[in-house]
Amino acid sequence: MSKEEEFKLMYGMLFSIKSFVSRLSPTDMKEGFLNYSTSKYKLHFFETPSGLKFIMNTDLSVGSMKDVLHQMFSSIYVEYVVKNPLCDLGQPITSELFKNKLDEFVRALPQFTVKPE
Amino acid sequence: MSRQGNRAGDPRKVNGELFTLTYGALVAQLIKDYENDEQVNKQLDKMGYNMGVRLIEDFLARANTGRCNDFRETADVIAKVAFKMYLGLTPVVSNWSTTGDEFSLLLESNPLTEFVELPPGHSNLNYSNLLCGALRGALEMVQMDVDVRFVQDILKGDNITEIRLKFIKRLEDAVPVGED
Repeated sequence: MSKEEEFKLMYGMLFSIKSFVSRLSPTDMKEGFLNYSTSKYKLHFFETPSGLKFIMNTDLSVGSMKDVLHQMFSSIYVEYVVKNPLCDLGQPITSELFKNKLDEFVRALPQFTVKPE
Repeated sequence: MSRQGNRAGDPRKVNGELFTLTYGALVAQLIKDYENDEQVNKQLDKMGYNMGVRLIEDFLARANTGRCNDFRETADVIAKVAFKMYLGLTPVVSNWSTTGDEFSLLLESNPLTEFVELPPGHSNLNYSNLLCGALRGALEMVQMDVDVRFVQDILKGDNITEIRLKFIKRLEDAVPVGED
């Protein structure tokens, strides 16, 4: 499957889950959809009020990543994409700096471990 | 922006006067480049819009506020959190329309106009129009289509500077092709 198709599927799925969750909720949602687990992986979801979505797949044993994703938004995305005038918002991010900082950030997380061979 | 002059400790802060003068230089250049005040207003609005679109992300990251429940809450957040954070002042929210979809921000002082006097022949210039654009751009990113404009300006001899915000509509999340 091409990246683009995968992206469309992903967007469609998250969009559906989100609207499903909001319709199920008897009261106004506070946090809404945060994550789901399958037998193989866990998907974490975080959306800013501006509609930006952050998604991270992890191992099943990982707890809530909401704060981590928020931190990723505020200290990586805002700092290295929003504040970089050469980064076109709404286009795929090609910045090497962003990539490196994100990699650094993820590797430093307590949840991050290298898969044993 | 810092109003206290030199704050060497934080490289993100710049001197307040430098900020004011830089903005002045920008407007002056636009006046040279464009034929009339209307066009300058439009350019300022456009620049502000582009800033607002990015600024909102910084705002959301720093303020860590959730979504507003109504337009009144939005007004409060703009005045008490956003203006405080970026311009170091807190405008007064007032003149609500009876339907609750329109309000004014009243500014007693405006750091952008500190050293400014409008020369004759520029009565149509909205000197600080960048603010309108920034507000519009930022609100658009949180799914609110809002009309923002100056109705009074101390620079034009009014007693107070008044920015009017009118809620037009809520922008919905884009539905992907082929989805419900």
